[in-house]
Formats: sequence, structure tokens, C-alpha cells
Amino acid sequence: MAGFFAMGGYAVFVWPAYAITFAVLIAAIIFSVQSHTRAKKTVRELEEEGSATEDHG
Amino acid sequence: MVMITALANPKRFLDFSRTVLPWTCAAAVILLGVGLYWSLFATPPDYQQGQSVKIMFVHVPAAWMGIFIYGVMAGASLVGLVFRHPLADVAAKSAAPLGAAFTALALLTGSLWGRPMWGTYWQWGDARLVSELILLFIYLGYIALWNAIDDPVRAARAAAVLALVGAADVPVIHFSVDWWNTLHQPASILRLGGPTIDKSFLTPLLIMIVGYTFLFLWLWLLRMQTEILERRARSLMMARGA
Repeated sequence: MAGFFAMGGYAVFVWPAYAITFAVLIAAIIFSVQSHTRAKKTVRELEEEGSATEDHG
Repeated sequence: MVMITALANPKRFLDFSRTVLPWTCAAAVILLGVGLYWSLFATPPDYQQGQSVKIMFVHVPAAWMGIFIYGVMAGASLVGLVFRHPLADVAAKSAAPLGAAFTALALLTGSLWGRPMWGTYWQWGDARLVSELILLFIYLGYIALWNAIDDPVRAARAAAVLALVGAADVPVIHFSVDWWNTLHQPASILRLGGPTIDKSFLTPLLIMIVGYTFLFLWLWLLRMQTEILERRARSLMMARGA
């Protein structure tokens, strides 16, 4: 197992490459999902507000 | 073509993408899981590069996505310019940040691979490296242009022109390794006469590439939905203000 982590002496290059990849892709997923949830919520609120005003008017 | 015309309707696009979305996500998770395991645990060290070749499995797919997404973005931009269809603009705009992220990853992982193999993180004289960096700048310029212009129709047109002009960089990236004497090795997958890379590396690499592609498709569709929702919110707000 220690041999695996050593990556034949290239550990300082291999693991940062995987770590950066992981970090950037996870960040892209979180950012995309969050803004989607936010946009969905905004539209729902605006539509509810809109129908509420129509009812009273 | 019929399918594309049908999907051009934003409502129908939303219905379609909601059905497809979970499948693209599942495909990405499974393929990346299998590909990652295979790449890390089931591939031998390279006879020249030793274990540093492990970087290939995250570097090549990222580089491929940077170019593939540019093709998607430029194609959608052309459709947007010719047919004046807002969904094409949405498609191009939603792809750009993902393309920029993958291009940045290609540069970073390539740099980490270059240091042990070439003795340097970066080389300004290398045409492949510099043309890839230019691709990142084109992506960033494209995103900045969208943010700089308020009117979405005008922003889409300006950004589309930039995307089409910038497309000239794509063949330069691909052929840079043949046209110039670069540190970067020539093509070993997309070449006449077939791949020169050994099967034990090629199979997990292709799985990773397809996995990255599905990850992009998932996030792209999700971001297109977000963009459509944001436009709907803006028009609702304007209707309320009037």
C-alpha cells in the first residue's frame, strides 16, 4: 500500500494532479447545482407572488 | 434535425432535459468510478515514464473536454447567429465556464506531468502549451463579454462572434505538435493509422474520456436549465415592475 502511495517516486506530481482535478470538478458540480436550486426557488417565489396579486386584484 | 427543431422550444427542452439529466449524472458517476479505479489500481507503470503516466488519465480527458466543449460552444454560437434562436445562445453560454474549467485542468495537470518528464512546469516556446493557454483566455474573454453587456440579445451576438473567431485556435492546438517541434508528444490516439498507445492504458483512458463527457453533459444541461429559469425570473420581475 505504501508502494502505491509512493507512485514509484512520482507521488509529489501524481497526487496533486488528482487532487486539483477532484477539487475543480467538485467545485463545478456544487456551483452548478447551487445556482440551479437558487434559480428554481426565485422563479417559484415570483410565480406565487404573481398569482397572489392576481387573486387580490 | 426534427428532434433539434422540437427541442428548440424552451418548454420542450426543459421537459426533455429533466428526463435525461439523472441518466447523464448516473453514467458519469459509474464511468468515472470504474475509470478511476482501473487507472489507479489496474494499469502497469509505463516502461519509460514509470508511475508518472498515472497523470495521463486525468490530463488527456481534461484536454479533450476543453476542445470538445469549444466545438459545442462554437457550433451553438453559429446556430444562434444564423437562426437567432435564444436556446442556442443559452447552450453556448452555459458551456463556456465548463470548458474553461477543463482547459485549466489540462494546463495544471500537464504542468505537473511536464516537470518530472521534461524537467519544466512550463515552456513559453512550446506551441502546444501556449495555444492551450490561449484557449483558456478565449474562454475567459467569452465569459467576460457575456457579463459586460446587459442586453442578452446583444451579448449573445458579440460573444458568438468571439467564439467563432477564437475557433481558429482549435486546429492550431491539434496540429501544433506536428507543425512545430514541441516538448509535447505528438498525437497518440486521434491519428491516421490508429492509436499507438498500449491497450492496457487505452481502455481505462477511453472510459475516463467518456466519463468526463457525461459529466459535462450533465452539468451543461443543468446550467442550461438554470439560465432559462434566470431569464424567466428576469421577465417576471420586469412584468411586475411595469
